[in-house]
Amino acid sequence: MSRSLREVVFVDGVRTPFGKAGPKGIYAETRADDLVVRVIRELLRRNPALPAERVDEVAIAATTQVGDQGLTLGRTAALLAGLPKSVPGYSIDRMCAGAMTAVTTTASGIAFGAYDVAIAGGVEHMGRHPMGEGADPNPRFFSEKLVDESALVMGATAENLHDRFPHLTRERADAFALASQQKYAKAVATGQIGPELITMATRSAEQGWGVATGDEPPRPNTTLDGLATLKTPFRPHGNVTAGNAAGLNDGATGCLLAAEEVALELGLNVGMRLVGYGFVGVEPEVMGVGPVPATEKALARTGLSIEDIGLFELNEAFAVQVLAFLDHFGIADDDERVNPWGGAIAVGHPLASSGVRLMTQLSRQFAERPDVRYGLTAMCVGLGMGATVIWENPNWEGDK
Amino acid sequence: MTAVFEDEVVTTALVRYLRVPGLAGELALITLDNGHDHTRPSTFGPGGLASLDAALDEIAAHSPAPAAIAVTGKPFIFAVGADLSGVPSVTDAAAAREIAETGHRVFRRLKDSTVPTFAFVNGAALGGGLELALHCHYRTIATTSVVAFPEAFLGLVPGWGGTQLLPNLIGIDAAVTVIVENALAQNKMTPGPKAAKLGIADAVFEPADFLERSLEWAAGVLGGDVAVSRPEVDRGAWDAAIGRAKAIVAGRTRNASPGAVRTVELLDLARNGVDGDASAGSRRELASGGEQRGPFSVGTAAEDDALTELLLSDPLRASLYSFDLVNKRAKRPAGAPDKSLARKVTKVGVVGAGLMASQLAMLFVRRLEVPVVLTDIDQARVDKGVGYVHAELDKLAARGRLSQDKLNRLKGLVTGSLSKDVFADADLVIEAVFEEMSVKQQVFAEVEAVVSDTCVLATNTSALSVTEMASKLEHPERVVGLHFFNPVAVLPLLEVVRAEQTDDASLATAFAVGKSLKKSCVLVADAPAFVVNRLLTRFLGEVTASVEQGTPVAVADRALDPLGLPMTPFELLTLVGPPVALHVAERMHEAFPDRFHVGEGLRKMVELGKSSVYSEPGVVDPDLAGIGYGSPAHPTPLTEEQVRERAERALAEEIRLMLDEGVVQAVQDIDLCMLLGAGWPFWLGGISAYLDRIGVSEAVTGKRFLPKGVASLPA
Repeated sequence: MSRSLREVVFVDGVRTPFGKAGPKGIYAETRADDLVVRVIRELLRRNPALPAERVDEVAIAATTQVGDQGLTLGRTAALLAGLPKSVPGYSIDRMCAGAMTAVTTTASGIAFGAYDVAIAGGVEHMGRHPMGEGADPNPRFFSEKLVDESALVMGATAENLHDRFPHLTRERADAFALASQQKYAKAVATGQIGPELITMATRSAEQGWGVATGDEPPRPNTTLDGLATLKTPFRPHGNVTAGNAAGLNDGATGCLLAAEEVALELGLNVGMRLVGYGFVGVEPEVMGVGPVPATEKALARTGLSIEDIGLFELNEAFAVQVLAFLDHFGIADDDERVNPWGGAIAVGHPLASSGVRLMTQLSRQFAERPDVRYGLTAMCVGLGMGATVIWENPNWEGDK
Repeated sequence: MTAVFEDEVVTTALVRYLRVPGLAGELALITLDNGHDHTRPSTFGPGGLASLDAALDEIAAHSPAPAAIAVTGKPFIFAVGADLSGVPSVTDAAAAREIAETGHRVFRRLKDSTVPTFAFVNGAALGGGLELALHCHYRTIATTSVVAFPEAFLGLVPGWGGTQLLPNLIGIDAAVTVIVENALAQNKMTPGPKAAKLGIADAVFEPADFLERSLEWAAGVLGGDVAVSRPEVDRGAWDAAIGRAKAIVAGRTRNASPGAVRTVELLDLARNGVDGDASAGSRRELASGGEQRGPFSVGTAAEDDALTELLLSDPLRASLYSFDLVNKRAKRPAGAPDKSLARKVTKVGVVGAGLMASQLAMLFVRRLEVPVVLTDIDQARVDKGVGYVHAELDKLAARGRLSQDKLNRLKGLVTGSLSKDVFADADLVIEAVFEEMSVKQQVFAEVEAVVSDTCVLATNTSALSVTEMASKLEHPERVVGLHFFNPVAVLPLLEVVRAEQTDDASLATAFAVGKSLKKSCVLVADAPAFVVNRLLTRFLGEVTASVEQGTPVAVADRALDPLGLPMTPFELLTLVGPPVALHVAERMHEAFPDRFHVGEGLRKMVELGKSSVYSEPGVVDPDLAGIGYGSPAHPTPLTEEQVRERAERALAEEIRLMLDEGVVQAVQDIDLCMLLGAGWPFWLGGISAYLDRIGVSEAVTGKRFLPKGVASLPA
């Protein structure tokens, strides 16, 4: 049989407001699977042209796949969301790049012709599932020195990155963090962040029902002076603080992907067109550098160069890790193409969910920016990986 | 109200101020939560009402004033009404009236609020819970929630505004259906989508995002993006609907339950509307203004009067006693052995393939989902029995009650055989053969020859001695009585009979099976006709004896109407079937010749194959007149009152004897049997509360069955 690849488009993306993990967080008494269910239902509600039975796959990422994040979440959430029982689903894990991998994996299935439409997303309720919950690292990792002991502590890997790139100082990291908070606050004020948020009922046995409508983690009053006083919990007199890193968060994201021809047939929105992607491994103890080779790989495979990229949505697990990326590609710390609406340092980083947040924001920026043709979403991943996805703006007006 | 009921599980009204997209200002969301999970639904006692009142105070004082107020419930439950557990402590009119008035006053704040009010009915909203929702200006409802007004069923009125608000929202005819007809049909509930269709709620959402959608909807209503349309209430429909309501109450209760009668009166009063209220404020303030009272205030004042009177009435106390028996005692049968002794039942044998046996086979296969095998003496009967079960299963599947897979499974489980050898690996074999001791003994002997030593042998006999039936077996300790009521699939009672030698393990197995069959089990001793049939036979015997001594059939048949039994004595006779009635009567006469006589009329009915004393409604069958029903040589007719008193005295006497004989653990079990097996009404407390109330217990037996305060007002 002859076969031709199909273009894959990002139709729409939504997310729950992100919350702070822990007993005082907005989602302290809210289940992770309920966050996902709400995301799926709202995606379908916002895209009424899509008959639910046309969804061919539901891929949901979570790092800790137990309890309310277990039981093959993609399938259970689909059932709980009321999708037809004919719609299958699965769970997926690449830690922080879980949702990003859910997108590339289902998108590949669409391109190949196995699916027409897929839902991809991720969730992490770090309050209910602290990082590393139930992990049982093989002792060989250490006995054979396969990885450095610091590789499993993400903050320690960020400190290692400062060691590798001494010119990426704490001051630069703090300045980047402050800008993230400011850019986020501005994007909320202008209404650029907000339309992709769904409301989420939050239960509290003591206070009664509430509803989350906005992100809980941002600290709009952050100052450089304030950041400078923060402790460095991963290393005495180190550089990584709670202020220049993403926090511990709860939240879920999801998006609709479709073959471009199917989106046109059904009359679905075309928010972005997938150009290509790359995943690469690096030394686990400096996992934050992962997006650099991942991006080089994605660029090489798509025949693009870094100059072609007009917008960057980079996950800010740690400020230093973004700086390492920018430094490598010769991009200024405050380049306006980078995270124009702020990043995870402000909004939070519920591990496996974040990839789709980056994409959703990029697609919304594309809609505002017909002058930009290509955009890039990238993130670092625990145990030493990088992930990059390159997108094309369907609104690009070319040389007009 | 300051006091709380002793041990009140207080429903707290928790308040949060929420920002909702699209809504200018905050929404004050009240969550009703009693701190327990859904198995203990939120109710309103004095403490709960005080908490809601305080929450509304707090909201009123909140600055800036919220743009909307909404009320919702804890997960799965909105609120299920007044806390009835505190009713026994209400002993004077002032306290009763305070309950009525406090509910009105607090709920009315939501109706009179100048800030728009919403009820987000996320789960069950019954009685006072539904009334709270009806006081709000707008309502959303979850597809999975249910609403109902159980008050008329319990002998009360929906007296926190329900009788006035509902008919003026959805129209009087639909309100009669919800408040009267459904309540008196075993408290039938209305699912959320149907409630929305009736107009009880303005919008219906799925549970997965019910609160989010409700908040969005509320913002839409207030922002003008969502239009709420409600049909005009047809004022011309009142007379016909009230007529219908009266007919329902007369048919279902014979007007014997004051709560149902008062409910209809209040619904009638609601014809004047609820919108004319002059201002916000308590009912008392408005009442003091005389002619300033709007129709809603007049209506709620009438509700106060009705509630005050009913809360202090014996029928209501008897109803609450009945409710408690049915909901608690029925679930934990008194005297049952430890359930850990029960043996597993993985296969059931049914001896006989007649109608009763087939019904039993249907019940066993459907509820236990284990192989059920029927035996009989010829292949045609066996085929007919198996065919009956298969046809019944097909009917369920056709109605969507069984999936095709389940249908295949259940049909495959039901088989027939001519040989009892198929019982070899059965854990329970029940016989439903001809009611003749020698026949049953022989059947059990044959079964025992095949089965294991621990297989339980059960009999569905209605009147024979289980002990005697077991007496010739090698293992008589395995024999129990399982007395079902016809129709087996419908009636919830199962009399579990302990014979003299029955051991705990066999009895525990019988109770476990009964529970799996979803029956309410009552332990009874191996006494003639056990409980329900004994009392019904005694009672029917007195009525027919009255007729045979010259009382007109019509007079005798009407005589018990004031009790509000589900059917008249002669209707009951038709339902039971004269041959069965005769069999039991003869057996009872054998056992207790002084008290049970076998009427000539009954014999003639069976002889002539008559199923009713009436040839057509209200007309005594001419074939029966003159040969036993109605024309003795020396007639001594009784009045209705005399017939009733004769029957009541007989019941009191028989119950006392049953208690003395130890037929049941306590009189509560007799009441439970009559409630569930004979459908006798809640307001009689089964029967003993009524007999105590009218003084017959003391007159006949020298003492009450229940102390004052248990199923009646306290002393």
